[in-house]
Amino acid sequence: MRRIISVLMENEPGALSRVIGLFSQRNYNIDSLTVAPTEDKSLSRLTLTTSGDERRIEQITKHLNKLVDVVKLVDLTEGAHIERELMLIKVKASGTQRAEVKRTTDIFRGQIVDLTNSVFSIQMTGASDKLDAFITALGENVVLEVARTGVSGISRGEKVLAL
Amino acid sequence: MDQLSGGEALLRALHDEGVEFLFGYPGGAVLHIYDAIFNQDKIEHILVRHEQAATHAADGYARGTGKPGVVLVTSGPGATNAITGIATAYMDSIPMVVISGQVESRMIGTDGFQETDMIGVSRPIVKHSFMVQNPAEIPLIVKKAFHIATTGRPGPVVIDIPKDVTDPKTKFGYEYPADIKMRSYAVPAKGHSGQIKKAIDLLMAAKRPVIYAGGGVIQGEGSQLLTELARKLGFPITNTLMGLGAYPASDEQFLGMLGMHGTYEANMSMHYSDVLLAIGVRFDDRVTNSDVTKFCPDATILHVDIDPASISKTVAADVPIVGSVTSVLEEMLSQIALAKQKVDEKSLKVWWDQIKHWREKDSLAVTPSTDGTIKPQEVVQAVFEITKGDAYVSSDVGQHQMFAAQYYGFDKPRRWINSGGLGTMGFGFPAAMGIQLAFPDAISVCITGEGSFQMNLQEFATCMQYKLPVKIVCLNNRALGMVKQWQDMQYGGRHSHSTYEESLPDFVKLAEAYGHVGIRIEDKSELDAKLKEAFSLTDKLVFIDVWVDPEEHVYPMAIKGGAMKDMILSKSERT
Repeated sequence: MRRIISVLMENEPGALSRVIGLFSQRNYNIDSLTVAPTEDKSLSRLTLTTSGDERRIEQITKHLNKLVDVVKLVDLTEGAHIERELMLIKVKASGTQRAEVKRTTDIFRGQIVDLTNSVFSIQMTGASDKLDAFITALGENVVLEVARTGVSGISRGEKVLAL
Repeated sequence: MDQLSGGEALLRALHDEGVEFLFGYPGGAVLHIYDAIFNQDKIEHILVRHEQAATHAADGYARGTGKPGVVLVTSGPGATNAITGIATAYMDSIPMVVISGQVESRMIGTDGFQETDMIGVSRPIVKHSFMVQNPAEIPLIVKKAFHIATTGRPGPVVIDIPKDVTDPKTKFGYEYPADIKMRSYAVPAKGHSGQIKKAIDLLMAAKRPVIYAGGGVIQGEGSQLLTELARKLGFPITNTLMGLGAYPASDEQFLGMLGMHGTYEANMSMHYSDVLLAIGVRFDDRVTNSDVTKFCPDATILHVDIDPASISKTVAADVPIVGSVTSVLEEMLSQIALAKQKVDEKSLKVWWDQIKHWREKDSLAVTPSTDGTIKPQEVVQAVFEITKGDAYVSSDVGQHQMFAAQYYGFDKPRRWINSGGLGTMGFGFPAAMGIQLAFPDAISVCITGEGSFQMNLQEFATCMQYKLPVKIVCLNNRALGMVKQWQDMQYGGRHSHSTYEESLPDFVKLAEAYGHVGIRIEDKSELDAKLKEAFSLTDKLVFIDVWVDPEEHVYPMAIKGGAMKDMILSKSERT
C-alpha cells in the first residue's frame, strides 16, 4: 500500500543521509522524496512516499523515529490529507499540435510558463495520479522532459505536524 | 572558566564524563589530541597494536562494567580499522564512544592523505555520529555522545574531529554542560501499566509458560529483578547467547541456552509453550530458526523491550511492552503481589514434569575418549572448575564460542563477553584485555580457537606493555571448526579452505616471543594439572594451547528451516 510519511527533523548536516541510508540499509523503497527547511530554520520537513504492508510501514516509522535527528513524524495516509506534487514538463508543440497541447493543459489546469516555436514548458500541480494522467493524455511522442518534485502533503483539518 | 584548546577540551570532557581508559592508536590527524593526553594524568591511554583491537577492548570493558568504552583513532585507515569493532558493538547494543581524527576542515573532500568519510562509512553501524566544526562545540557534543551511547537501547556513537579543531593555538572558555536535553531524542519512559496488567493476566493463566530473556536484561541491569520474578512465578526460564548470566545457570528453573545450539529442553519448552514472556530479546534468527512461521506455534507472545523497533520486527508480539527492563520488571512484581489471580500451579506442575522428562535426554552429555584425545567440551568444564565459575569469560566466534556458552555455567551477568550479533572473530582477546583493565584482580579468560586468535594476536604486545595477565585457552582443532562442521553436514565433507594444519604457528613459542608463558596440552591425562598450573600464574599472561578432537561437532543443532523442536542431537540422532 502506498504511504506518505512526513518527517520533521533537525536541519543538520548528515540528517538527510541518515534517513535515506536507513531505507537502503533495511531494504525499504522510497518512491519519492522532497525536503526543505520549515518556517523554523532549525527544522527540515521531509516527505517521502513508500509502499509496503502494514507491518513494513510500522517498521519504517519506528526506525525513522529511532533516528536521533528525527523530531516527529506522521503517516499522512492514516487520515484525511492533501497531497500535491509540482511538475514542470517540456513538450513538443508545433503547428496543429500547439492548440491540442494548450487545450489538454487547460483541461488539467496547468499553465504554460515558457514557449518557443516548437516547445511548450508547462507547470502543473496536483496529486501524483493527476500528473500521471496528464502525461498519458499528452501521449509519449510529445513529451521531451519531465521534472517532478515528489509528493508533499499536509493533514486536513486542525491536525498539525509541528513542535 | 578555563581557556582550553580543542584537544585539551576533549580530554577534560572525557574526564568530566568519568572516563578511566582511552583505547587508542595515534596518527597524524590526532596528534594534537595525543599531545593533550601527554599533558594530563586523569585518563589512562592504552596503546593497542591495531585499531580493531581498540574497539574490542573498549567493548569488553563496556560489557564487563556497564560503563561506556571509549576509543581514539586517527583518520583514514585508523578510522576504517575501527569499523568492525563499531559494528560489533552496534549489533549487541554496547555503549561506546569512538573519537576519530579527520583531515583539516579545509582539506575535507579533496581526497587528502588519510582522508576517509568516517561519518559516511560508519553511518549504518552507529546509533548516532557527530562531526565537530569548531572547538567550542566539543563539550556539548561529548555530552550528547555519551548521553546517546548510554541511554535507551545503548550503542556506539562516533565523533569525527578535523585536525584544525584540536589545534593548540585556538583556545576557548571551557564549560561542561551539567545536563542535556535533546528535542529529537527521548529515552523511553516506563512500560505501559495497562499492557503490563494484560501480560500478568496471561502469565497467571498460563499452562505452559516460558521466560525467554536476553542481552537487554543484562544491558538494562535487570538480572536481579528478573531472577526475583522467575522465582516468584516458578516458571522455566531460558537465556539467549547474549543473555547468559541474566539468570543463574546453576538454578533449577534454568533450562540452559536456547536457539541454534541451545539445549533440548530449552528448545522443546519454547516450541510447546502457550505463553512466552520475551524480555530484552530480539527474536534473532539464531533463536527462531530461519522460518518464523514455525516459531512457537501455540504461544501468546509478551514482548518487553526498550526499543519499539525491536517489537514485532521478525515475530509479531501479542502484548508489546515498551520500556526499560527494570521499570517493567518492578511493575510486574508489584502487580503480581496485588493480583487476585495466582499462578496455575496444577498446570505448571504438569509442565515441569514434561520439562524434566526432556531434561533427562541430557543433550549436553559429553562422551570422553578412550585414547587420551581431549574433547573441547571437557576443556571448558575444566576451566569452569578451576576458576570456580567466577571468571570473566570472553570468546571469539565458532565452535569454541558455543562450547563456552554451553559448558561454562554463568551465574552472574556481565561475565560472558562475546560477539553474539555480528559474530566477530578476533573479538575475544582484546575484549579480555578491556576486562582485565577494568577488573585487575579478576580472572579474565579468553576461550578461543586457533583460527579466531590469529585475527588479533598482535595484542600480545599490548598485554606485555600493560602487564595484563589474561588467560587464553585455545581449543586448537587445527581447523575453522564451525565452517568445517557445516561442510561436514551440508557439503559432503568437502573441507574447502577450512583447514591449515601444516601452517599453524607454534603458539607456545609465539607467546614466549612476546615475553609471555605458553603451555601446550595434548593428552587428557595432563589437562587438569597443566590448566591449574596456568591459572596459578596470576601475574602472567598464559597462552594455553589445548589440542582437542578435531572431529567434534557442536550439538544440539537446529535443523535449518525447521521449528525450534527440530534438532540434530548428535552425529546419529535427530528429533
